[in-house]
Amino acid sequence: MGIGFSLLLIMALLLAVFFGAGVLGWHLLFGVVIPYAAATIFLFGIIYRVVKWGRAPIPFRIPTTCGQQKSLPWIKPSRIDNPSSAAGVIGRLALEVLLFRSLFRNTKAELRDGPRLAYHWEKWLWLGGLLFHWSFLTIFLRHLRFFTEPVPSFVSFIEGVDGFLRVGVQALYITDILILVAVTYLFWRRVVIPQVRYISLPADYFPLFLILSLAFSGVLMRYFFRVDVSAVKELTMGLVTFHPRIPEGIGVIFYIHLFFVSVLFVYFPYSKMMHLAGIFLSPTRNLANNSRACRHINPWNYPVKVHTYEEYEEEFRGKMREAGIPLEKECG
Amino acid sequence: MAFVPKPDELARIGHKPPRTGWMDTPVDFRRGTWCYAAKPKNLQALELPNPREWSPERADWKLPANWQEIILEGLRERLQRFRSLQIFMDICVRCGACADKCHYFIGSGDPKNMPVLRAELLRSVYRKNFTTAGKILGKMVGARDLSEDVLKEWFYYFFQCSECRRCSVFCPYGIDTAEITMIARELLNLVGCNIDWVAAPVANCFRTGNHLGLQPHAIKDMIEFAVEDIEKITGVKVEPTFNRKGAEILFVTPSGDLFADPGTYTLMGYLMLFHELGLDYTWSTYASDGGNFGLFTSHEMMKRLNAKIYAEARRLGVKWILGGECGHMWRVINQYMDTLNGPADFLEEPVSPITGTRFEHARTTKMVHITEFTADLIEQNKLNLAPERNEHCRVTFHDSCNPSRSMGLLEEPRYILKKVCRHFYEMPENTIREQTFCCGSGGGLNADENMEMRLRGGLPRANAVRYVHEKHGVNTLACICAIDRAALPPLMDYWVPGVEVSGVHELVGNALVMKGEKKRTSDLRGRPLPDPHTAFGGAIEE
Ligand code: SF4
Ligand code: SF4
Repeated sequence: MGIGFSLLLIMALLLAVFFGAGVLGWHLLFGVVIPYAAATIFLFGIIYRVVKWGRAPIPFRIPTTCGQQKSLPWIKPSRIDNPSSAAGVIGRLALEVLLFRSLFRNTKAELRDGPRLAYHWEKWLWLGGLLFHWSFLTIFLRHLRFFTEPVPSFVSFIEGVDGFLRVGVQALYITDILILVAVTYLFWRRVVIPQVRYISLPADYFPLFLILSLAFSGVLMRYFFRVDVSAVKELTMGLVTFHPRIPEGIGVIFYIHLFFVSVLFVYFPYSKMMHLAGIFLSPTRNLANNSRACRHINPWNYPVKVHTYEEYEEEFRGKMREAGIPLEKECG
Repeated sequence: MAFVPKPDELARIGHKPPRTGWMDTPVDFRRGTWCYAAKPKNLQALELPNPREWSPERADWKLPANWQEIILEGLRERLQRFRSLQIFMDICVRCGACADKCHYFIGSGDPKNMPVLRAELLRSVYRKNFTTAGKILGKMVGARDLSEDVLKEWFYYFFQCSECRRCSVFCPYGIDTAEITMIARELLNLVGCNIDWVAAPVANCFRTGNHLGLQPHAIKDMIEFAVEDIEKITGVKVEPTFNRKGAEILFVTPSGDLFADPGTYTLMGYLMLFHELGLDYTWSTYASDGGNFGLFTSHEMMKRLNAKIYAEARRLGVKWILGGECGHMWRVINQYMDTLNGPADFLEEPVSPITGTRFEHARTTKMVHITEFTADLIEQNKLNLAPERNEHCRVTFHDSCNPSRSMGLLEEPRYILKKVCRHFYEMPENTIREQTFCCGSGGGLNADENMEMRLRGGLPRANAVRYVHEKHGVNTLACICAIDRAALPPLMDYWVPGVEVSGVHELVGNALVMKGEKKRTSDLRGRPLPDPHTAFGGAIEE
């Protein structure tokens, strides 16, 4: 159900932009109005979500410890997997965000006759995830070329490295290929692994298809249906400088690409893609395991009903006296 | 014991999900997999809502008329109180990395035991009621209404999670299904849906200070039994004190160790060690359990039960607190106690009176783990040890979930074991330390009526033990947890017969050479000590 529905949705979006921008020529709508609206929703949506999270307190210090604690001086603590300081936490988050540390632990359990359990090497999800995210980031940075004048040198540098392969005179960006492969893999495993398929929602397939369509339209535009790059840059520069212009002669493929970006922007803050920001706020990863050394305060800690020692002694005084256990009040 | 199929039958586990989607597959309360409902008297004792006679098996759960309102209001409140809950509700990408990391999924094949799906049970209701997308798009984004069937599913699966946090180690965002389970159980408690195996110990613990409901004189009696046994075996008479004001150290340990084998051997180990050191310490009959099934009920209940420890330390005027071998107790102490019931500014930063070591890492909570304490003693050469007295034990170590994943107490017990035993073998890498597998009975799920599920959940742990049992002849599974000492013996008998379960300080007690002791002829269990010359070959093959 999820796959079909998501595909239909993508088709509908494609038809809409093809018809709107291509046939009816609503370039202002698809080239300016929708992108502006999408960027606004993206920005404010993310801020809204993060502020909402940030306003909820962290009542307890609950890091998941994945290594030796800092205790006796002669026992070597695991500074990153079980951080006891801010530096350790930063290291842990950096490894998590940049290299997907936790996902790297992944294994696959298999039950054999006997019964015998085996845990297999399984780093494909890690690899697929890493390639996808890093490719996406690189492509994103490369696109800064369209939004800056002059183009910063790091953007050209990234382009140079990414495009070291050449087909004829043209650079073939390696990330263009990687992202298509990685997203296809992520989709494939979602369908093929029975458990993952079982938990998958339309909300899981849709973003995959969306990103795939986005990347694919980009590839088509760059390598097959060439568009007038200087006209595109005129449009994009107009957008960022708030002097929107619609130059003539940009093919419909560009509007398709831009429309998918807009849809992604709109979808982002309301979906699981917010994991981008959420990982930084995850209390099992961004807290130091030092609650025995530094007191952690819970802002809403409230008094509760307890059973006091006095009540306890009151009930058991006779038995305690008989057993020779010291009492607060001898008689009573 | 409840009916349990034979191991080879139980091991036929299919991991393929059913044809029907998870939202359309109702829960089946099959006997052997769930725990009995909380009895009204236990809820009443704690002033918890909706006490009544009921059973999960029956159609009518006797819920209050406005139960949906209560739960949704409770969820709203908790979303405001816990950032963890908001984040964990919002950012799961359903990658499935956590799926086969849960021992209950591995052992049962039930897809709703995949941590991700367990969490989706709550998440689906959250989406429907608290997110715009969920309200508009419903099922498309995995949202659904809170119906009675959903509530029943919650009860079944949130009392089929031992809050072990293994899933959270593997999740790329650290999503901790244990945290979700804790909050889901709070919600269930709001409408009176708890299990008795949790509610009864909590009620006991509130009144008597310990889960077993042991009254002060009984505690003293039980410890004195252990004193007699120690005298029989070593010829040394140890002299524990109770509720003694002015002692330097208050010792708090799980009550399970007072009550039944093999925990009692660990108790003997503590008593011998403290006596040998001449430690100025006291037991308390009021703070007579460090264990805290409140953790398995609600944050509030955890605080209510935990409060007695600092209160008693203050009343007795001790300097600091030493804590015994227990898993979930140490989660509470390490991650919650000071926040809940501190500041403990009436205590002093713990210092070992024997070695002078300052336990700086415990300077605000003022409570030290016994393996930290003992490891320090051994490292400073303060104990006279005869590891050959554990010659008959080929030992492996089971990391309890909480000390490993909520604390990181990994090396201390291993260091001790390697000093008091000569034969120590690790289980395979992905079954120990932070990747350790639950005993299958944590989280308050060590009842009798759910034995089948416990054995299923314990399969991965048992399997790893079997590996070292077959490869190295391991016959002793050491642990630092009272629930383990109750739960692992039946698990071993079922999956790996021939492996005994023992506390780390039982093995310390065996090896500890005490001043004035007689020649020992048996270990703390009364098993004859092996002849040092024929050593352990003989002992193993018998
Ligand atoms: S590993 Fe984390 S993100 Fe992936 S499915 Fe499990 S809980 Fe969700
Ligand atoms: S906390 Fe443990 S028992 Fe609960 S879902 Fe995670 S792995 Fe399973």
